[in-house]
Amino acid sequence: MSEKSRLTRRNFLTRLFVAASATALGGCQKLSESPWFVKILGFGEKATRRVQRLVLPRKAVAQEFTEAELSPQFRSNGTFMPRNPAYLAMAEGGFAGYRLEVGGLVEHPGTFSLADIRALPSREQITRHDCVEGWSAIGKWKGARLSALLEAVQLKPTARYVVFHCADPMGEDGSSPYYESIDLEDAFHPQTILAYELNGETLPVKNGAPLRLRLERQLGYKMAKYVMRLEVVEDFSHIAGGKGGYWEDRGYEWYAGI
Amino acid sequence: MARTKRTAAKGTRYYRHTLPVRLMHWINVIVLVILLMSGLNIFNAHSALYWGEQSYRGVPPFLVLGSKVDEEGEVSGITRIFGHDFDTTGFLGVSRDAEGDMGERGFPSWLTIPATRWLAMARRWHFFFAWLLVLNGVCFVGYSLASRHLHRDILPTRKDLHSIGASVVDHLRFRRPKGEAARHYNVLQKLAYLSVVFLLLPLVILMGFGMSPALDALVPGWVGIFGGRQSVRTIHFIVAWALVLFTIIHVFQVIVNGFWNNLRSMITGYFRVEPEVDDE
Repeated sequence: MSEKSRLTRRNFLTRLFVAASATALGGCQKLSESPWFVKILGFGEKATRRVQRLVLPRKAVAQEFTEAELSPQFRSNGTFMPRNPAYLAMAEGGFAGYRLEVGGLVEHPGTFSLADIRALPSREQITRHDCVEGWSAIGKWKGARLSALLEAVQLKPTARYVVFHCADPMGEDGSSPYYESIDLEDAFHPQTILAYELNGETLPVKNGAPLRLRLERQLGYKMAKYVMRLEVVEDFSHIAGGKGGYWEDRGYEWYAGI
Repeated sequence: MARTKRTAAKGTRYYRHTLPVRLMHWINVIVLVILLMSGLNIFNAHSALYWGEQSYRGVPPFLVLGSKVDEEGEVSGITRIFGHDFDTTGFLGVSRDAEGDMGERGFPSWLTIPATRWLAMARRWHFFFAWLLVLNGVCFVGYSLASRHLHRDILPTRKDLHSIGASVVDHLRFRRPKGEAARHYNVLQKLAYLSVVFLLLPLVILMGFGMSPALDALVPGWVGIFGGRQSVRTIHFIVAWALVLFTIIHVFQVIVNGFWNNLRSMITGYFRVEPEVDDE
């Protein structure tokens, strides 16, 4: 074989390789936009949820840290000041008029003032907040145990999920309020709290005042801030985009254990 | 003499790679490429690396793929390593997308899946193919033990271990093994495969687990053994690139040691061995 033809073959192969890579990459982009393929990829999440739930004891707690490990500043992410006049007015008045509504599949629907919430059995924990983007921060949280609140209103037998409706609209025009949902296994976990204090002080607006969810075994986007209403449901397919959360409606996994 | 030469050029073929090994090898190629590229898209959501449990302990990240704007409004890509800035415009920090538009992104769009900044979708790709990597890996280890592929072909013999020095010299001189020696992996090759299968791949998977807030709760504190969650993320990143480095060396070896012969053996299973001929 002459040197020349060898080079041509090599050239040809290189070009073939580059062309194949480009096609494959374009293909990955196309596949990402086709519902059937995204559905197949979704098996990954289902497998992860099943296996993690299988290996993880129900009450296994997330690691807790010491005061020395606290982040000097607990970062605000997503909304830091809800574009919601009613909320802002309430914040102005120190949330004196705040009432948490609890309804849906419960025996005793009702409203709770911040004093009522603070009177519930509480828990304080120094935990690491892991954002889906990749960063982590450590904060000290104090709040009412969600289990205590749910026991107070008594769940109906058909109850399966707790939906958190929030005060922060995600749309520029004030539409698409943030919301999230968790199942009862997580709702009754000892570290699942409705936090009203961060690092020993009243929860600041940028971190979700007056109440935010702490769900320590999942990623940050599950931990709804500015919680206004809890709705206990059997399934959440009728709420907003039907996927159980603002980010879930935009392609993120409902189960955020990894 | 001429006759010997003819046979020498022809050599003998032998069945080197069994079908399961070939199959699992190519599955791994596809899976690892997708994991790397979707992983880089996930990295781009927060293109900085830290050591320790968290990102905000008052110490700046030791690696940032960022950008800066000068007085004229010109944006340039800046890679900051341990406080030292390098202009990496066009590749890291700031690069062109498929449409040719300059934009701020850690790794360039041609290295990521999906090509666009799309964390939710990159995660879907990553976790689906992560499961395939785990399943493929379990199958490979199971098969290698059951078929004795591991003992027969990969575990170095005592003789191998004594010849590490000689093997290093052979590699540096690009001396190709011939005859009987070409029928086996050499000792450096064996050690490289062993460390990929039993060290790098398990470690990258374990570090993936370490980033999971749920799996962290399995044995509270286990992530701390590796320095904490942000350290685990960093190790995951470094091991991923160590696998890329292995792949580059692996492909280089394939090319210099008879590209077509090696490639064919990983497709059909048959490998041609050049008989030993004296140098005279």
